[in-house]
Amino acid sequence: MGKTYQKPESLSDQHTHYCPGCTHGVIHRLIAEVIDELGFRGRCVGIAPVGCAVLAYNYFTFDFQEAAHGRAPAMATGIKRVRPDLIVFTYQGDGDLASIGMGEIIHAANRGEKFTSIFVNNAVYGMTGGQMAPTTMPGQHTTTSPFGRNVEDVGMPIKMAELLAALQTPAFITRQTVIKPKYIIKAKKAIKRAFTYQLENQCFSFVELVSTCPTNWGMTPAEAVEWTENTLLGYYQLGEYKTPESISGGEDAK
Amino acid sequence: MGKKVLMKGNEAIGEAAIRAGCLNYFAYPITPQSEVAEYLSHRLPEVGGVFLQAESEVAVSYMIFGAAGAGARVFTTSSSPGISLMSEGLSYLAGAQLPAVFVNIMRGGPGLGGILPSQADYFQATKGGGHGDYHLLVMAPASVQEAAEMVMRAFPLAEKYRNPVIILGDGLIGQMMEPVEFPDYLKTEPTKKDEWATNGMQFRNSNKPNLVKSLFLDPNQLNENNLILKAKYERMKTEDTLFEPYNIDSPYQVLIVSYGTMSRVCKTAIDHLKENKFEVGMIRPQTLFPFPEVAVFKAASKETCKAVISIELSMGQMVEDVQRCVQGLRPVHWYGECGGNVPTPEKVMEVVKSLV
Repeated sequence: MGKTYQKPESLSDQHTHYCPGCTHGVIHRLIAEVIDELGFRGRCVGIAPVGCAVLAYNYFTFDFQEAAHGRAPAMATGIKRVRPDLIVFTYQGDGDLASIGMGEIIHAANRGEKFTSIFVNNAVYGMTGGQMAPTTMPGQHTTTSPFGRNVEDVGMPIKMAELLAALQTPAFITRQTVIKPKYIIKAKKAIKRAFTYQLENQCFSFVELVSTCPTNWGMTPAEAVEWTENTLLGYYQLGEYKTPESISGGEDAK
Repeated sequence: MGKKVLMKGNEAIGEAAIRAGCLNYFAYPITPQSEVAEYLSHRLPEVGGVFLQAESEVAVSYMIFGAAGAGARVFTTSSSPGISLMSEGLSYLAGAQLPAVFVNIMRGGPGLGGILPSQADYFQATKGGGHGDYHLLVMAPASVQEAAEMVMRAFPLAEKYRNPVIILGDGLIGQMMEPVEFPDYLKTEPTKKDEWATNGMQFRNSNKPNLVKSLFLDPNQLNENNLILKAKYERMKTEDTLFEPYNIDSPYQVLIVSYGTMSRVCKTAIDHLKENKFEVGMIRPQTLFPFPEVAVFKAASKETCKAVISIELSMGQMVEDVQRCVQGLRPVHWYGECGGNVPTPEKVMEVVKSLV
């Protein structure tokens, strides 16, 4: 019997710098598997964010650009417009995409840029050491919300998938998670579908992945999975928010 | 060279970019340069190019980054407040060693300032603007013809150094109509981009990924990157400093240093003064970085020269470079106006005569 499971060609041999229990590693692998399966490594360009995944390019084996904080969708726009034959994705966290880069992601989605955004939402700023993010839950303690996020003061957490799905331009918008195998299988399907839409030059595609950050949440990896499932997934509901076939978006498209 | 046409500076800048083989343009509207975008919005589709109006100048600078990083020839145009927003991107472009061309049709500042001609972004263009140790190669045209020629020259220079080049014009250069004769289409392609651009491994027959980045967490590597940049800036000084001397063979008593629109007024003043037997020389920097340091020093050293004056449409910015170059050999003065009024030749004559 031959090998049935091996490291994707799109992943490098390097060990990641991610903390125990962090889901970046799983997401990297899913992306790499999809790129191998769809066979576009030779014309793929990834864009690394500012955040924990800034060094993502060390773990993949294809071209990469490194973004300034939040600007990855503008860079992806620049690349796709001048080289529509390249397959481009941004890999962004919640501080990057939903805070400082809100303008860039909204307008890229609204123009219907033909690239893919992988949005890793773990409800906290990771790399800078656990500060409050736009996606931090009400009451969640962070280093800049030591008494818990006060929604009277800073508003409710932003639901990016729903927000982007409200735009009228056709797109593929989905929210998944990778905390357990049953979710991982679905997440991979969503990532594959997102890249397929891009390969077919159909639309902007956006995969939000609800993720963990045990280090900055002050939890063990097991507790982090439990908290994600019981708390985050109640607010950040999984599902398909929009497909290019259903332009209306929102609840109808689920 | 083709035939002479009458064109607005902003339109000539757009046309010159196309003739330089740059078919990719991202921009955001701002007075007094919006005609570049308006012109290219119909001209670029004609030649199969990319035109995109972005959501902000911040986004523009990263669309430029992405496109340049993918190995494409790309440019944008803006005016002062817009360049402030693009300055973050300029720092990243310089750090990642990407070639691109920016045009700043300067208006008065600070803040919203005004919409009339100004040269108040000299510091921003030549000394930084964004963060970190970097320089732009800065070119300063004094006519519509020269603006077109500099745009066409800017692309090969950006590619030679893998560094952004900025054309620093003022509102008058953008808005004025003048006859312009375009140089022949530029034939060169960006060279050696397969060594660094994220243009897709399969298209360069390689299995080695290219990486475009400006992050160096190891202090030695970051220092190394900064030394590479510094070496490029030193090379610019020796190989690509440009200036025009004017009336420099005369026994001038005063040396003017002036650039762009202001230098044209100074030329008229110098001609009038010459008729009255009062000789004035001028060095007109065509590149502001690298600054014509040696030329200014030599011109100031002339035995007959009693004083040096920097005349600029700002509250005294280039004068600091002139002082640096003159090295205390002669008194260095400044005269300028801000707000959009361009001094008359008579005013320049009066100021110059008062120096001796």
